[in-house]
Amino acid sequence: MDKNVHTDMSVSIAGVTFQNPVMTASGTFGSGMEYSDFVDLNRLGAVVTKGVSSVPWEGNPTPRVTEVPGGMLNAIGLQNPGIDVFIERDLAFLKQFDTRVIVNVCGHTVEEYLDVVERLADEKRVDMLEINVSCPNVKQGAIAFGTEADALFDITQRIKKVAKQPVIMKLTPNVTSIAEMAKAAEAGGADGISLINTITGMKIDVEKQKFVLANKTGGLSGPAIHPIAVRMVYEAHQAVQIPIIGMGGIASWQDAAELMLAGATAVAVGAMNFHTPDLTVKVADGLADYAARHGLSKIEDLIGAVQ
Amino acid sequence: MSSERAKRTLTVVENRQLAAGVYDLRLRYRENEAPEQVIPGQFVGVYSRDSGRILPRPISICGWDPKTRTLRLVFRTVGAGTLEFSRCQPGETLDVLGILGNGYDLEKLAGKRVLLLGGGIGAPPLLGLAEAISEKNRALGAGQVTAVLGYRTNDLFLDREFAKAADVVIATDDGSAGFHGNVIEAVRSEKPAFDVICACGPLPMLRGVKALALERDCPCYLSLEERMACGVGACLGCVTKTAKVDGHSHVKNARICTEGPVFEAREVLI
Repeated sequence: MDKNVHTDMSVSIAGVTFQNPVMTASGTFGSGMEYSDFVDLNRLGAVVTKGVSSVPWEGNPTPRVTEVPGGMLNAIGLQNPGIDVFIERDLAFLKQFDTRVIVNVCGHTVEEYLDVVERLADEKRVDMLEINVSCPNVKQGAIAFGTEADALFDITQRIKKVAKQPVIMKLTPNVTSIAEMAKAAEAGGADGISLINTITGMKIDVEKQKFVLANKTGGLSGPAIHPIAVRMVYEAHQAVQIPIIGMGGIASWQDAAELMLAGATAVAVGAMNFHTPDLTVKVADGLADYAARHGLSKIEDLIGAVQ
Repeated sequence: MSSERAKRTLTVVENRQLAAGVYDLRLRYRENEAPEQVIPGQFVGVYSRDSGRILPRPISICGWDPKTRTLRLVFRTVGAGTLEFSRCQPGETLDVLGILGNGYDLEKLAGKRVLLLGGGIGAPPLLGLAEAISEKNRALGAGQVTAVLGYRTNDLFLDREFAKAADVVIATDDGSAGFHGNVIEAVRSEKPAFDVICACGPLPMLRGVKALALERDCPCYLSLEERMACGVGACLGCVTKTAKVDGHSHVKNARICTEGPVFEAREVLI
């Protein structure tokens, strides 16, 4: 092994080049503003923004979050200011940074998704769209698009018709076959898929004999779900040709490398940003050291390389 | 020195028990890492050393000594994380995310007759506030601080320190010390004079405090708490309902960690 090898850390998805494969998982990083005290956003492969809808969403009642061993449950319910404020404020903020921007889009109906996608079509700062068809905490619509292959195929196709940026479909792990869902997204014309979103869980306070979260259920994230993410990224990679953004409980560069070996082209750091606010940069640095140590000329050689 | 939020490793310099389940933890910043300013009402997120517990525990700041770069946290053990902090020995380290949130606006309080209402473990942030207001009042030659502190029993804590900066009224749920009843009942009974209220405590108490402020038509600042995840405004976990559209999401849900934890009582629908 040549320890002095310089690895090309860039990765490419649907013709968009990212300076490194490390991104932020939607919903854990705001629009980057909230973490800009901790992280030089210029160091990231991409900022993936908090889900944005056509109109402001107020989200769920509190309590919305609770810790569980090795992770947390959340039922935020996609509180967001809507596309107008997002463009004026959040997208404008991101213009000062030299990083890619992937906007996560949410909706209750296909029309609501299309509305946001159309509004973003001419926004030059938006490099890519991530369509959130997998939030477990929104009662209407959204999750059904991600759990029924036909519905996923249909919404993917309709979004692709109006989107001007490449489209990533974000998949839920709360399905029997992730391979089937990955294929449906690919067949619908998706430029890539991202997985996994959170796994639906529940926590009960035994003394009060009540649900801890007002929503009763919440999405489990954090290191506890990492092995599930690795398995699902592997299965999806076996099933489709389109690139995968892998996420789920990344707590170290090793976790990121594992997802890439399983088949991810890029990775996203989520709940563990709350534990280590500059984890994204640490993962990027760790991956670069690892790649050099293994004599990789380009980090893309790692994708799906598990034997 | 930095005014930016940061995760720092602090050294435990002292940790002692004040009452059943209540601990007084002193943590020192390394040189050049101390915050430039700490305002009463702000908080920090303290991390467990157990990697299975990923979220910072939000704990209000009871005191800050810039000379020794020492942060004082008085907290109650409520779970495994705070139990771990209660067992920390001098010389050990803890990772701390801070300084977080917005504290009380001292300019609006100095020179006034301020009523501090602290319920249980809500009292600690008000001690730093009492001290800061008293100091300003001495310089101004005006103002007055009364602290009404509520406890379950006569297992009191911080009461003697409050007495150095404020006129103190003690209220206990079981009547074993001071006034028999809650802090609102104690205010109605003892009738301290006040122009403005600052309160921290459990939600039912804060609802009563808000009602009192509306009844007396006086300004009132409440320190709220909620289950938090990120502590820095990204996750939108810890919101409170607000009377007007909030500045972040424009939906009448303000982030307690970022827009708060101190709010004017009329701004929040509690």
